[in-house]
Amino acid sequence: MAKQRYERPVLKPLNGNITNKFGAQAGFIPHTHIDGLAVHALTAKYGSPLFVLSERTIRETYRQAYTAFSTRYPKVQFAWSYKTNYMNAVCNVFHQEGAWAEVVSSFEYEKALHNGVSGDKIIFNGPDKTEKDHRLAIQNNSLIHIDHLDELYSLVALADELKVRPRVAIRVNMDTGVQPMWDRFGFNYETGQAWDAINKILLADKLDLVGLHCHIGTFMLASQAYRIATQKMADLALQIRKQHQHQLQYIDMGGGFASKNTLKGAYLNGADLAPSFADYAEQICTALFNAGFELGELPLLILETGRALVDDAGYLLGSVLANKRLSDGRRATILDFGVNLLFTSFWYEHTISPAQACSQYAEDIVLYGPLCMNIDVIRESVKLPPLNRGDQVVVHRVGAYNMTQWMQFIALRPRIVMIDLAGESHLIRDAEDLDYLMQLERVPEHLKKFDL
Amino acid sequence: MKLKNNIAIAENGFIFNAARGDSFTTNPIGIFILQGLKNNWDKARLCQEILVKYEIDEATCEKDLYDFLKMLKHYDLIEE
Repeated sequence: MAKQRYERPVLKPLNGNITNKFGAQAGFIPHTHIDGLAVHALTAKYGSPLFVLSERTIRETYRQAYTAFSTRYPKVQFAWSYKTNYMNAVCNVFHQEGAWAEVVSSFEYEKALHNGVSGDKIIFNGPDKTEKDHRLAIQNNSLIHIDHLDELYSLVALADELKVRPRVAIRVNMDTGVQPMWDRFGFNYETGQAWDAINKILLADKLDLVGLHCHIGTFMLASQAYRIATQKMADLALQIRKQHQHQLQYIDMGGGFASKNTLKGAYLNGADLAPSFADYAEQICTALFNAGFELGELPLLILETGRALVDDAGYLLGSVLANKRLSDGRRATILDFGVNLLFTSFWYEHTISPAQACSQYAEDIVLYGPLCMNIDVIRESVKLPPLNRGDQVVVHRVGAYNMTQWMQFIALRPRIVMIDLAGESHLIRDAEDLDYLMQLERVPEHLKKFDL
Repeated sequence: MKLKNNIAIAENGFIFNAARGDSFTTNPIGIFILQGLKNNWDKARLCQEILVKYEIDEATCEKDLYDFLKMLKHYDLIEE
C-alpha cells in the first residue's frame, strides 16, 4: 500500500471568542503554478529562494491602468518609476507598452539611457541631482523636475553658461487632506512657495517651464486626495496662463496609487480596500476637465505610477528550513528568505501560500527568515497548514520595491526570472556570488597576512 | 504515557476534555497518534507506526511526535 503524504500533527485549542465578522477560513489553495510553470520546477532549475515576475501580469495591469485614464482623458502618458523596480527587463516591458522613464538618481538616469529611452522621454525627479547630472539631462533635452530653490538657481546659472533653455517643471507639495502631509519634496502650494518659484523661473526667462509635478504620498487609499491635488495643480497652471500668458504642456500627478497588498494594522484586506485605477482616474480626469482649461489647451496628463503597476506581477518563492516551538507555545517556521529580500514585509502582511498539496488544518505560526537577527520576521502571525522541512511557499505581490530595496546582508541575493507571454522562463538577474560581493573591496598590503 | 480517561475524540478530529470543558481540533495524523495512545502505544511504537503509514523520515517523525506529545501534556490531555 502506498504511503500517505506526511503532515506534521497539530493540536489547536478552540476558544469561544467573539464571532469573526469575516466568517471561517475558507481553506487553503496551494499556489502550485505561476503562468503555467510549476513552482517546484522553477526552484529546481533556478534555486530557492527565487523572485519570479510575470510579463503577462505586468502588461495586463499596465493596459488596465492606461485604459482607465485614456478613456476618461484625451492626453495621457505614463512614465515608469525606475525606483519601484529597475530590472532592465521590467523597465523594457513598460517601455514597450509606451511608458516613458521616471528616474530619481544619476544611475537610474543612465540606466534609462542604456535601456534605449530617448533623453526627451526621461523625467528626472528627486532632490539629489549634481551639476554633472543637470548637464547630462540638459544635453539630452530631458524633463528636469526642480525640487528646491538651490536646484533652481544652479539650473539658471547652468542655462546661462550653456546658452540653452532646459525643459523644467517644478515639484509642488500641498495639503490634500491626507496625513502625514508630504511636504519635504518640492515647493508648497498653500504658503505660496510654488507660486514664488514659478515667478522666479518665468521672470528669469532662462528655463523653459513646461509642466508642474506633484507626488502627494504613497499607498494612497483615499482616491479623493488626487481630486484635491489635481484642482490645485490646475489652479496653478491656469494662474500661469492668466498672469504670464504662458501655457504649460503637462501636469504630472506623480505616483502613490496603492497596490492590493495589506498594510500592517489594516482592518480590511488590501484587495478590498485599494481603490481601482478607475477610481483614481475618475478623480484626476474629472478635476482636470472641470478646472476651466480651454478644450484645445488641455495639458498632457503624466502619471508615474509604480507600485500599483508591478506589485501583482512579482512572486517570491522560498523553502522551509526548519520548524520549532517558541517558549510561549507558538509554532515558528523558518524560511530561506527574510527581510533581506522581502523588505516590504516591514509594512505589509504579505499573502503567503503553500506551493504543494496541503490539508485544510491550519495553525497560527510565526514566519522567520534565515538571518541571525531578531528583526527577521516575515509574518508575526499567519494561519498556514503545517509545513514540513523542504516544503515550498509562494509570497504574493512582491513586484514593487523588493528588487530595488533588498539588502546584501548575511545572505547573497538570489536569481530573478521573468516568465514571458509564451510561458517560457528567462533569467533576468543572476544570483550573487562571493566574487561579486568582493569585487569592489581592497585590502591594504599590511592586512593581507596574519597568523592565528 | 496514556490518554486521560475523560478525553473524547471524534472521527473528524474534534477533541473534548470532559473534565475541564476544553475542546481542540487536530488533523488526521493527530487522530492517528491519539488512537495509538488509546491503544497504549509507547513513543517508539507510535513512531514506528507513523513511519509505516506516512512518507516521512525517522528524524522528522520523532521531532514532530515529541512536540505533539508535549502539547498534549501541556493541555492536560495525557498523563505520564
